[in-house]
Amino acid sequence: MTVVYPGGVTALDKLNLKINRGEFVVVVGLSGAGKSTLLRCVNRLVSPTSGRVEIDGTDVTSAGTKKLRAVRGRIGMIFQNFNLVKRSLVLKNVLAGRVSYVPTWRTMLGWFPRADKAIALECLERVGIAEKAAVRADALSGGQQQRVGIARALAQRPQIILADEPVASLDPPTSHSVMRDLKRINQEDGITTIVNLHFIDMAIEYADRIIGLREGALVFDGTPADTSEAVFEEIYGRAITAEDKLGDGP
Amino acid sequence: MTTSFKTSVDSGSRAMIVRRRLKRGVVTAVVIAIYVWSARGIGFNVVDILRELPLFFSLLGRMLPPNWSFGLRILPAVIETIQIAILATAIGAVFSVPITLLAAGNVNGNRPLYLVAKAFMNLIRTIPELLYASILVAGIGLGAFAGMIALVIFSTGVIAKLTSESLEAVDTGPFEAIHAVGGNKLELIRMAVIPQILPSFSGYTLYVFEINIRASTVLGLVGAGGIGTVLRTSLDLFRYQNAATTILVTFLLVAVIDFVSTKLRERLI
Amino acid sequence: MTAPGNGRAPTDRILRIIRVVGNVLIILIVVAWSGRGVKVDIQRLGRGLGTIGRIIGAMFPPSTEHFGRAVAAMVESIQIAIVGTTVAAVLTLPVSFLAAKNLGAPNAVVWLVKQFLNAIRAFPELVFGIFFVASYGPGPLAGVMAIGVNSVGMLGKLNAEIVENIDRGPIEALEAAGANRIEVFVYAILPQVIPEFVATALYRFELNLRNATVLGLVGAGGIGVILLQSLQFRRWPVVGMALLIVVVAVTVVDYSSAYLRKRIN
Repeated sequence: MTVVYPGGVTALDKLNLKINRGEFVVVVGLSGAGKSTLLRCVNRLVSPTSGRVEIDGTDVTSAGTKKLRAVRGRIGMIFQNFNLVKRSLVLKNVLAGRVSYVPTWRTMLGWFPRADKAIALECLERVGIAEKAAVRADALSGGQQQRVGIARALAQRPQIILADEPVASLDPPTSHSVMRDLKRINQEDGITTIVNLHFIDMAIEYADRIIGLREGALVFDGTPADTSEAVFEEIYGRAITAEDKLGDGP
Repeated sequence: MTTSFKTSVDSGSRAMIVRRRLKRGVVTAVVIAIYVWSARGIGFNVVDILRELPLFFSLLGRMLPPNWSFGLRILPAVIETIQIAILATAIGAVFSVPITLLAAGNVNGNRPLYLVAKAFMNLIRTIPELLYASILVAGIGLGAFAGMIALVIFSTGVIAKLTSESLEAVDTGPFEAIHAVGGNKLELIRMAVIPQILPSFSGYTLYVFEINIRASTVLGLVGAGGIGTVLRTSLDLFRYQNAATTILVTFLLVAVIDFVSTKLRERLI
Repeated sequence: MTAPGNGRAPTDRILRIIRVVGNVLIILIVVAWSGRGVKVDIQRLGRGLGTIGRIIGAMFPPSTEHFGRAVAAMVESIQIAIVGTTVAAVLTLPVSFLAAKNLGAPNAVVWLVKQFLNAIRAFPELVFGIFFVASYGPGPLAGVMAIGVNSVGMLGKLNAEIVENIDRGPIEALEAAGANRIEVFVYAILPQVIPEFVATALYRFELNLRNATVLGLVGAGGIGVILLQSLQFRRWPVVGMALLIVVVAVTVVDYSSAYLRKRIN
């Protein structure tokens, strides 16, 4: 598919990609290479200018509003800036993940069924912060807030998890911790996971499959074993510097 | 070569200074001209004011000492004043919700509707509350009801304007999250808009309540209920000492409400 | 990191719910009490809104009868606002500096002046209006006095805050260069403060124009007088026209003032 933003910037140029169920894919590339756009085309937060996105046979690109919302309900998304409602409690933030499963009137009144609250708590437990459920979201550290984001995505019981630079705002030990959580969830639940990263050492460490984007075009698609310094230089279009690596392992 | 460079810099900056002085001079001259035109237009004359000052003080004299016992008799009017303000603020806050949502560009995607809502909001705010009150008194009749409706119109406009502006400046991250999770517009409002905007909305409502109390005290001067009616009657009957008490009570009421409201708003932040 | 199944104490939650519900109940009771006092219920509210509709209907199309007089009256209101604001701005100058904490005036004086300003601000504008009409007689003069005195309160407070927030840098620089107090005042304080004083005066002018229109309703000149007369005789089309003129004038002034204030900063 191709994505051209108003203003004429071609974010993605004739991209052709097939991702298999259960894969842990890491997308690398410079800022502006199209990583965010690629991710957002999957759940159509961005609509491709031409081309199609298909998930399990369902055409996402031409889906009507209701269908689109149903599709999005099965796709969990994790954001660089966490995108939590800061003033709301952690549990309420995670319950947002159940919104597409719970009738609208219940959401409006805040009357989530006990079963959904149990799911939310269980997700919090899976990322290890169940005891923070009744705490305001902005009282948590960066790493904990991102875990809430992951819990929210998990609460959707998703088939796919999209993570847009999930660790860019976190320090190295916390970053590895979060990536480990994502990898663990991918392996335990078999959820297809697509992660945008700009640290190549992290990409090599966690990915099953690495996709390299450069100026909107696919320039690499293979396993970490297939990569080398030269490959990354090709993806970035320049020499690799220390800034492209996170360093400080787990 | 160095010398000619220096001269060109000098003349350039000199010209700039002269231009600035000229601009300032012109602006000052224009301002003074406007003032003189206005003052002449209405016949404003400082001499006249000073000459008539004794009238002012004689009036002041006739108002003292205030008739303290009158203070108890106007208590029902004070209560009515407070009630008008409370009711008008509450109803205004409720009415302002749809307008706020429509007038926020990041919540309302419909551009024509957005423009209409914004225009409507600004339109309401150009007319002073008391003007609404006078018109409503002429149309509905004397009394607190007309005054209250006038304040409702005013409150809706102000609360909507302040809240919608806050809303447009709010963090849109949670909006994206709710879209990504598959929420519809209503769910977006409930989960991402309301939690973020509620403190501001409450603060603005309290602020408007303060304004409404002040406005409510003078509604009676145009016949729309509250303590103002007492003031009007006292003055019409030349009972200046009663008027003095009324003014003092008004002043006290406003001061107390301001104090309480400020404390409440502090607790909100 | 094992955690209990329900990660928060039940009492915490119950307390929070009680507080929220309690607050809402208090608000509802207060509003209901007010409604009883003003004798308003949902029905009456609905009928009132219907009446508003009829009034608006009666005002259109607006009459062109007294158009000339109305425009002249609006101009008079504008003039009243201009003179009143200017007088207030000039009167407030010394006050703004006296009420500022950082200019070396004794604390007692600062506090006193601030209280005086607060006292003036607590008076609703119209009360001043009625007062001056009662003593000076009806006409624009009373309006100017009312606006002038009333504006001093708000202008004084805002200006004092401006003075308190100035940048100390230029002051220190001048003192270090050996300037005396007057020189520091004129060269370091005034230039910082005057543009902002003008901005507050412009802001106040927007409000004062609205006040001027209202003051006419109690006889202090301007378009309020026209409105008063046409309302007394229920000449709705004339009311509509006058309202339209007010809306246009206020909107123009608001935009111009906002534009000017932006240019100043």
